[in-house]
Amino acid sequence: MSDEKKFRWVGTRPIRPDGVDKVTGRAQYGADFALPDMLWGRVLRSPHAHARILSIETGAAAALEGVHAVMTGQDLPDLFAEKAAAAGGHDDSNNLAHNVMARDKALYHGHAVAAVAATSREIAERALELIDVEYEVLPHVLDIHAALAPGAPLVHPDRVAQGIENSGPSNIAKRLQIGHGDPEEGFAEADEIIEREFSTRPVHQGYIEPHACLAQTTQDGRVTLWSSSQGHFMVRDYTAKLLDIDLSLVRVIPAEIGGGFGGKTTVYLEPIAVSLSRKSGRSVKMVMSREEVFRASGPTLGTRIKIKVGVTREGVLTAGEATLHYEGGAFGGSSVGAGCMTIFAPYAFPHVRSTGYDIMVNKPKGAAYRAPGAPMAAFALETVMDELAQRLEIDPVDFRLRNAAKEGTLASFGPRYRRIGCVETLEAVRDHPHYSAPLGPNQGRGVALGFWFNAGLQSSAGVNLNPDGTVTVLSGNPDIGGSRASLAIMTAEELGIEYEHVDVMVADTHAVGYTDVTGGSRVTFATGMAIIEAVRDVMGQLCQRAAAVWEVDAERVSWHEGEARLDGGFEPAPLGLAELAKNAGKTGGPISARAALTARGVGMGFGAHICDVEVDPETGRIDVIRYTAVQDAGRAIHPSYVEGQMQGGAVQGIGWALNEEYVFDDEGRVQNPGFLDYRIPVASDVPMIDTVIVEVPNPAHPYGVRGVGEVPIVPPIPAVVNAVHAATGIRFCDLPLSPARVLARLDEARSPGSA
Amino acid sequence: MQYQAVKTLEEAVERLSRAEGEHMPLAGGTDLLAQRRAGRIDPKGVVDLKRVPELAEIVLDDHGYRVGAAVSGAELGEHPTLGQDWPGVVEAAQLIGSTQIQGRASMGGNLCNASPAADSVPALIAAGALCSLVGPSGRRELPVEEIILSPGQTCLAPGELVAHFRLPRPGPRTGDAYLRLIPRTEMDIAVVGAGVALELDADGLCTACRVGLGAVAPTPLRLDEAEAILVGRRVEGPVLDELAAAASAAARPIDDMRATAEYRVRVVGVMAKRAAQIAATRAGG
Ligand SMILES: Cc1cc2nc3c(=O)[nH]c(=O)nc-3n(C[C@H](O)[C@H](O)[C@H](O)COP(=O)(O)OP(=O)(O)OC[C@H]3O[C@@H](n4cnc5c(N)ncnc54)[C@H](O)[C@@H]3O)c2cc1C
Repeated sequence: MSDEKKFRWVGTRPIRPDGVDKVTGRAQYGADFALPDMLWGRVLRSPHAHARILSIETGAAAALEGVHAVMTGQDLPDLFAEKAAAAGGHDDSNNLAHNVMARDKALYHGHAVAAVAATSREIAERALELIDVEYEVLPHVLDIHAALAPGAPLVHPDRVAQGIENSGPSNIAKRLQIGHGDPEEGFAEADEIIEREFSTRPVHQGYIEPHACLAQTTQDGRVTLWSSSQGHFMVRDYTAKLLDIDLSLVRVIPAEIGGGFGGKTTVYLEPIAVSLSRKSGRSVKMVMSREEVFRASGPTLGTRIKIKVGVTREGVLTAGEATLHYEGGAFGGSSVGAGCMTIFAPYAFPHVRSTGYDIMVNKPKGAAYRAPGAPMAAFALETVMDELAQRLEIDPVDFRLRNAAKEGTLASFGPRYRRIGCVETLEAVRDHPHYSAPLGPNQGRGVALGFWFNAGLQSSAGVNLNPDGTVTVLSGNPDIGGSRASLAIMTAEELGIEYEHVDVMVADTHAVGYTDVTGGSRVTFATGMAIIEAVRDVMGQLCQRAAAVWEVDAERVSWHEGEARLDGGFEPAPLGLAELAKNAGKTGGPISARAALTARGVGMGFGAHICDVEVDPETGRIDVIRYTAVQDAGRAIHPSYVEGQMQGGAVQGIGWALNEEYVFDDEGRVQNPGFLDYRIPVASDVPMIDTVIVEVPNPAHPYGVRGVGEVPIVPPIPAVVNAVHAATGIRFCDLPLSPARVLARLDEARSPGSA
Repeated sequence: MQYQAVKTLEEAVERLSRAEGEHMPLAGGTDLLAQRRAGRIDPKGVVDLKRVPELAEIVLDDHGYRVGAAVSGAELGEHPTLGQDWPGVVEAAQLIGSTQIQGRASMGGNLCNASPAADSVPALIAAGALCSLVGPSGRRELPVEEIILSPGQTCLAPGELVAHFRLPRPGPRTGDAYLRLIPRTEMDIAVVGAGVALELDADGLCTACRVGLGAVAPTPLRLDEAEAILVGRRVEGPVLDELAAAASAAARPIDDMRATAEYRVRVVGVMAKRAAQIAATRAGG
């Protein structure tokens, strides 16, 4: 980095602007809003995994004192049926509409079938018990095997698979295939070929805050929503679309968000709350219980991946082929596309092909989870890479380095890579003291590499200069991972002012331009770009004001270290930001700027993790005893929040590998709908996650930013599994590695009959 | 729901028996309030026991310890000698929940909630703790292992409550320990648990021992075979394997989503063996 200019704020670690409110409890989350006329909305949910709704009798509920509105799917417009029919049954809006509330069929246990609004939560609960739903229970399918079996019950008898010619109705929502070259040719050139099959179970994003919103409607058709989500424009657009309301009439005010990880990139409650509010003429608040979050919001569902990789004796990859089946839940729409695109992405494969199937089952509609689709794919590839390295007797990091993607490599998903930091990341792993530290008995070390695209998309920003020289920045992205801090840092850096003089506000849908969700690791990159553009506009205006004061051409004035200078010098005395701001009224009016853009040149991300485990040979319990996460961040604007993302992703991946899974019973009911028996790691379960930030700047961003939020959940599963192999000699291909499963495999390996 | 904080045992018993089971005793509330919120119980009222002196204090005299049934885990840990004399009991109580839960949760509540997986119960069984019960017909004393009848059911009469636990002052070459298996490291329900208390003679031979097992039967168990296996022998090698086998043989667990019965049978032996090793080390063996 020696050839780069020194930064004053970029790369430092000031406290976050929203920190005090969050630690003192003053920050307002989704459930913290109230209005004087407010009712409580509650949802009646299907007790069956698959059932036709024959009738719903709501009279008794409506008659209960305190109940102001009752609704069913019949109260929601059916706007997309024709479009869906024309597309073999597949239409995202139609899926969303039917997921928000069932119409003729309940498609999973927990599917919303009716809702009430009453003066208290208790009355609303009692009213739900008075609703009489007559069901015709239908046979259900709960996993990929069952869904694909001949004669399997169909989740949607009218749907034909997209991407398969001339197929009849099935539980396959979609098939897709990508790749280049000819894998058969590549396998013919290979000296070693490994073929394996992997499976993962449904998991939860583990956000702590349940979904919550408050809806207010008026007689003239306006809607105001207070809602906790990853994007209030997304909430506005989906709610308006499902209820057929003009976007200009819907204002969504973002609450703070208590975690999302992809799980809050869709709507569940908002269209219901708005409908109940319109029916009752009162405002309606809805808050899911934890149990509802588990039963009815979107998990990332189960997967099966078959993978085959070929390599020469010298350790050069010749071909990769994979077939991926991902459960998408009751409507399809799994992340199998991203699974296919990422599975071979970290390496240079001359021949590669992946085929994906999106499978419908009677489980909740799947939702995004951090690097959607990639962790399961990496589990398959990186476990096989480990096994290949072992067979070839090559160090696993060296093996990966021999094949690592670089600038110019043809990516398995189509394009050629621009500047990426895959090699630098692997080198940092190889050179880290952790990689060569000694291990004790029953301990083992694993490494794994992970890739994620990161996203650009649309962002808007506003920058207002205040008369006292402070700056207010408007962003359209809920702050999940510390983005207020990184946006403030870039603003202060550009303007050359104090970080404390910048305040960043997450503005509502009426106050800032359209902005896509906080997702895809995009906010510091894309919204950062919009803010920088607006700030530079403000700097131009400041120079013009100074030029006017000095009565010179604006071209002769430039902005340095927080002040306007004539010809870059100190004569006449430069004009500072505070002075120009104070006199703005006299020099042309308030100074402010806006910017709106579709961010191009996204910086793709790579991370590699080192994991040490200790396996208890008598109980099968696995302890992660040391863990190091290495990642190319492009540039770490606020290193603490980059490290926080790396640590958080690692911990989620460790949980996914070791203990997390939704346990569905044979009737499709979640048996562990809470954090006692759905085991995300607690703090004492993991060691301090060490981090190494590699900085290979993204040339397309003013500060070199790449996204950092998703990459770190990609390597942990194979890193843990490879470490367990090193400790025990056993390769695990099915998650999770919970103690009973591990002990059973240890016993098998120890039994006299086994090889 | 009514809430009443009482200051004396008489008041507590009077209140609990008058309301004919509609009022429940409240210690830390970490089970009671969670169950009420989940809709599993709906008491008319609760009687807070934390201000009754006998339930709230730890007394050491010539007869040993009297540990109030409502004393919190945190207070057990802060006592100057209890943790040295009965480290296994205190460790078991302190495994419950988290720092926040420790400020509230009591051993009386842990026992009377009557879960097969209650962590302090196997340790109390191993320690030979006696429960002092007070009810409308007076006071009686029962060993801890006789209190729980089935999941959620105790032998307490209507209006009766646990006032305190009695633990002897241990002799010089004694030690106890409790271990549980959970997939995580805290905030979890024991898949299995085992408590061991034992005494050694000058040659390192076991002279007395008691073993309690958790989460392997409808109630926490006392492993009666333990004495026959350990007494007169060194607590090592094959003796420990025999103990493990006996613990596994005594287990009658169920399959549930937390673990299979097979796994529980297997691992309760491992926990018993390891707890015995720790107890023996503590006894100076
Ligand atoms: C987050 C969390 C984690 C937990 N982790 C664990 C764990 O790791 N291990 C574990 O074993 N438990 C655990 N528990 C359960 C609970 O904390 C323990 O069982 C605790 O010891 C209960 O004590 P308490 O004082 O809070 O009981 P309370 O909730 O006050 O009472 C429990 C029951 O006993 C009755 N009762 C209480 N005191 C008396 C008395 N003196 N006489 C008669 N009846 C009485 C009450 O009426 C009630 O029915 C956990 C609970 C939570 C919420």
